[in-house]
Amino acid sequence: MAGIGLESTAVGETVTRAPTPMEKFGNSAFRLACYLFAWLTVILVLYIVYTIARQAAPAIDKYGWGFVSGTKWDPNTRQFGVLPEIWGTLYSSLLAVTIGTLFGVAVAVFLSEHFLATLVFSLLKVFGLQFHFLWGKLPDQLEHLLRNLVELLAAIPSVVYGLWGIYFVIPFIRPLCHWLLIKLGWIPIFSTTLSGPGMLPAGIVLSIMILPTIAAISLNSLSAVPPKLRQAAYGLGATRWEAILAVILPTASKGIFGAVILAFGRALGETMALAMLIGNSNVISWSLFSPGNTLAALLANNFAEAGPSEIPVLMFAALILLAITLLVNVVGAFILESASAGREGAGQ
Amino acid sequence: MNSTVAASGQIGPPESRPVTIDMRLLEKSLRRPRSAFSFVMSVLVALMTISALVPLFSVLLMLLLRGGKRLSLSVLTQLPPTAFEHGGGFGNAIVGTLLMVGIAALISIPFGILAAVFLAEVAPESRLAKVIRMCAKLLTGFPSILAGVFAYGAVVLITGGFSATAGGIALSILMLPTVMLTAEEAIRMVPNKVREAAIGMGTTQVQTVWMVLLPAAFPGILTGIMLAVARAAGETAPLLFTALFSNYWFGSGGNMSLRQPTASLAVLIYNFSAMPFKNQVELAWAAALVLVLIVLTVNLVGQGLSRSTTND
Repeated sequence: MAGIGLESTAVGETVTRAPTPMEKFGNSAFRLACYLFAWLTVILVLYIVYTIARQAAPAIDKYGWGFVSGTKWDPNTRQFGVLPEIWGTLYSSLLAVTIGTLFGVAVAVFLSEHFLATLVFSLLKVFGLQFHFLWGKLPDQLEHLLRNLVELLAAIPSVVYGLWGIYFVIPFIRPLCHWLLIKLGWIPIFSTTLSGPGMLPAGIVLSIMILPTIAAISLNSLSAVPPKLRQAAYGLGATRWEAILAVILPTASKGIFGAVILAFGRALGETMALAMLIGNSNVISWSLFSPGNTLAALLANNFAEAGPSEIPVLMFAALILLAITLLVNVVGAFILESASAGREGAGQ
Repeated sequence: MNSTVAASGQIGPPESRPVTIDMRLLEKSLRRPRSAFSFVMSVLVALMTISALVPLFSVLLMLLLRGGKRLSLSVLTQLPPTAFEHGGGFGNAIVGTLLMVGIAALISIPFGILAAVFLAEVAPESRLAKVIRMCAKLLTGFPSILAGVFAYGAVVLITGGFSATAGGIALSILMLPTVMLTAEEAIRMVPNKVREAAIGMGTTQVQTVWMVLLPAAFPGILTGIMLAVARAAGETAPLLFTALFSNYWFGSGGNMSLRQPTASLAVLIYNFSAMPFKNQVELAWAAALVLVLIVLTVNLVGQGLSRSTTND
């Protein structure tokens, strides 16, 4: 290209020129389009809230706060209340977050401390292959593979997890649940039979779906812990786990907490797996084995066949779900933001 | 132990008495509670990591066993069976899924990229950009069912019927934040030298973006698009009451309008999974296998693209 440019340029002539009016116009038009779509993003979010709120307005007028505290959902008598759904949404999400945090943080620690790579390296060392040009790459490659596999957990569609839950998780945990009911039935959380769908299978499947979120964000904040702190802990004579539990996890705790809150937000809005596994019955129960319902599952099950009188009520339920998830997501984003801001400050 | 403490605690001139350290105390031994605890925790975390991956393999195995049994060419090309009918397939659902993801991509890709150009190039530090990033992040955590509720209120109620368009619009809301935020990141990753070289040659902003930045950021943008498409293809909740379902081919009877209920793989799996008929449940598994194959392929290609660019 350069050669051609030199040949065709005569003395005193330049390859550069001022933009033509057409190019200037194109530039302005393009900038305008960018502004337009940028504004559209904001407008879209506001329009989503507005649309749902407008459709819900008749139901808000009619039922008011009684809708939130009511426990019956009966289109025939036109009695509507979503307390069991709110209970089920929070209960299943908290259950999922508890299990998901435990395993997600374990995965994050396992990956951030390079346990796998260390293990494979010492195995290779036994064979004297640790610096081999092919085998020597194995520790890093396996760790990379593991990270991708955890991410793949998030790629499987919700409806497939639901199907798997019906035909694998429920039959798998039923004997255990039955045993718990007989032996420990006096504890409220084990007090009913698992007849099929219920809170526990829903919570388990939900925890699998949010695990990658917790693991990925926790891994980020664990890797961002300054190496100095770890070295200082080792220098004082801490064992590996004393360093992890007393220094590294507390330092990364803000980021991990943000991850948990964001995962909680995901769990609240998750629909299909729950609609297939939770049993869709309006029950408020402490039992892990009792069926329940969630706001999202209520919407999924009732919207397609809803008559004109039921639509505003469902929109009201959607508005409540929107409010809860927006609140949780904003809080989570805020915590993560302040966690990374604090880290930047500490690094300087 | 005592002797070392005494030695280190002493201030003043070095003592002539030699310091004795029991070397065995410095060795790592699992007999000591602190080391044993460390070892037990390491094993525990390794076991928990392995058990976290069990569901992934369990799902894939079940899909291959139960779905693979039923998978054949006829399943991919036939229409869904009615209640007691044998055989059948889900060809129309595959077409419907592709159609609606296509509509969603047509809306969200130009929208997302132009907004990303705004965020990365036109006014990256403006207050509007901060608000938009906030909105995009909120949309990332937006429950998919609410995208369906919105499309129902904004499209289905207004046009008066379930339609492929409504399904596509619902999916596009879920794709938009992924496309936008990854595209912004990709454009920002283009080295400043390249940007400055283009500006130094006297290009207008649109020429810089269009001829230099977007081509350079293309692999990253494509990764975002792939991930968004993979997510949209697997979504069920936004389609349940926007596109509904249909037992017929899209365009059957010469009706090529987008304003008709349209089948999708995800909704088919949901509908058939709860049916008491063996044939339908088998088809649900086969459809799940096809859906997961599509989603994982698109996802892995996207991840591969991002890896090949970050390694350079």
